[in-house]
Amino acid sequence: MGFPHPSHAKETPVISRYFGDASARTFDGWTKRGGYEGLRKALGMTREQVVEEVKASGLRGRGGAGFPTGLKWSFMPKDVTKPHYLVCNADESEPGTFKDREILRWTPHQLLEGCAIGAHAIGAERIYIYVRGEFTVEHKILTAAVEEAYKNGALGEDVFGSGRRIDVVVHRGAGAYICGEETAMMNSIEGKRGNPRIKPPFPAVAGLWASPTTINNVETLAAAVHILQRGATWYKGLCLGNPKSTGTKLISVCGHVQRPGNYEITMGTPMTDLIFEMAGGMRPGRTLKAVIPGGSSVPIMTAEEIQGCQMDYEGIVAKGSMLGSGGMIVMDDSTDIVYQVMRLAKFYAHESCAQCTQCREGTAWTTRILERILAGHGKPEDLELLLDLADNMTGKTICVLSDSCAAPVVSAIKKFRGEFEAYLSRSRQRSMVTA
Amino acid sequence: MSATDIAYRPVFVGDGKAKLEALFPKYPTRMSCLLPALWLVQEARGWISEPAIAEVAGVLELTPAYVKGVVTFYTMYHTHPVGRHFIQVCTTSPCNICGAEDVVKAFLQHTGCGELGNTSPDGRFTIIEVECLGACGFATPVLINDDFIEGVTPERVAGILQGYK
Ligand SMILES: Cc1cc2nc3c(=O)[nH]c(=O)nc-3n(C[C@H](O)[C@H](O)[C@H](O)COP(=O)(O)O)c2cc1C
Ligand code: SF4
Ligand code: FES
Repeated sequence: MGFPHPSHAKETPVISRYFGDASARTFDGWTKRGGYEGLRKALGMTREQVVEEVKASGLRGRGGAGFPTGLKWSFMPKDVTKPHYLVCNADESEPGTFKDREILRWTPHQLLEGCAIGAHAIGAERIYIYVRGEFTVEHKILTAAVEEAYKNGALGEDVFGSGRRIDVVVHRGAGAYICGEETAMMNSIEGKRGNPRIKPPFPAVAGLWASPTTINNVETLAAAVHILQRGATWYKGLCLGNPKSTGTKLISVCGHVQRPGNYEITMGTPMTDLIFEMAGGMRPGRTLKAVIPGGSSVPIMTAEEIQGCQMDYEGIVAKGSMLGSGGMIVMDDSTDIVYQVMRLAKFYAHESCAQCTQCREGTAWTTRILERILAGHGKPEDLELLLDLADNMTGKTICVLSDSCAAPVVSAIKKFRGEFEAYLSRSRQRSMVTA
Repeated sequence: MSATDIAYRPVFVGDGKAKLEALFPKYPTRMSCLLPALWLVQEARGWISEPAIAEVAGVLELTPAYVKGVVTFYTMYHTHPVGRHFIQVCTTSPCNICGAEDVVKAFLQHTGCGELGNTSPDGRFTIIEVECLGACGFATPVLINDDFIEGVTPERVAGILQGYK
């Protein structure tokens, strides 16, 4: 449901059904609502059967990359010769994304149930949930839920009498966007600086402490609860667009809409329904200018491009962007695109771990050039220079943070070139615009 | 030896030691306890000083240089003292287009901090801008110590500050 707003008729509330309902937060509250049935079912199945069920559902990772979850789980070795680990990515820090926070604070047992299902499927006895340091309230709520789950036998040495041991450790981050990247997260859990690692080896081969590891996003694991409870066929049937995108997706809508919030849509829902109906459209007297549909790391879309765009992995790619994490940033005609692109570049420059030259230097240069343009000191060749820099930052680094900085810059220059040129020709100054 | 060395009180004694030891079974290596141990130091002392770094290094069998390298990677660990109330305002694009920079200005004005990163003359406040707090639909979110406050506008700032003496 569109928390903090009431559910909209065009939503399909599955994961978000109990957002805003504090009584769903406890073990009893969750159990009364059908909670832990999915886990009980999973424990009655073999590892392989759980993996097959999730594969059949078509579930894809909700953290950004959209990798098929069942397939990812199947990469974990069948023979457990070393400890296996599940890491739950609750580092949510991609600008525009605020969905995992609602799962954590309203339905922590939904997440724990999903984690336990995932652990069973990959043969892990221990789960690390990495919660970003700034989520102080969510950290407390989750820690309390873990304690309750142990008391009620949903975690511990013999989960619900199945003979299966599953432990959860909540690990608190300390402020670093890059730790959301899976290999940086593993380093951070190991007590190191959050530098991403070169792949291969992939985490399923050598992850945490060089043991087989799977990393999943909070929403991915929450979805697994419902797939186990209601079946892969039901989940797969939730599809209005491309059959490769199934189920529901939480879309965090923010920026210049009348009702910012999290809307849970069936994959394939028209983007215009989401922006203009569910989120209430623009403020009075304003028109839509641009949308960044999948968190700040994806290309920007124009108001024309969102027409006829289906909200699923393939639908948004067809329109030149990506579904990403499902963090949608909506900008109306009061927005200064050049300033906001600079602000995003500054974000990436601040968050670069600085291992790769292209990223360390590229994010900083990009920011400085954009600042210079905004200050009225831009040079005619600056746009070409930005595009050249972006080219050097794409596909050449250890992780994709560098590419993520380039994507909004390149797409904004391509689609809103006139705004950059207005600064370059001095016909526009920063004081003339509002946001 | 500086004054801080002489005045340094170890964190990992008594209750603090028990909290540290409770971490050990959660991780297969001592090094992995570093982030939670640093949180324990910051909770107890408000910031992470050089002698604290040495103490952490000692209990986790690491070198002080290694610990310092980790401390400085993460933005939430303070390497110098901050005001009694530490205020973090998100100004990343989604909040920025909703007026976050005016919220920062209001905080600077009402606290007397003058500049970002400075502590107010009465030692009450330090303000910084932070990147996305993961609550973009509730612009502008502000973190004051451990209190997460949603939907802050310039008009609300004076009232909010009254709760922090
Ligand atoms: C710079 C960077 C930041 C990321 N931040 C997050 C994050 O905050 N949360 C998240 O779930 N995934 C994040 N990811 C994606 C993870 O690396 C990983 O793909 C994901 O957690 C896998 O889970 P999934 O398959 O369930 O989506 C980030 C990736 C990169 C490159
Ligand atoms: S691309 Fe940037 S963030 Fe990623 S590893 Fe390289 S320097 Fe670090
Ligand atoms: S941009 Fe401010 S909370 Fe995300």
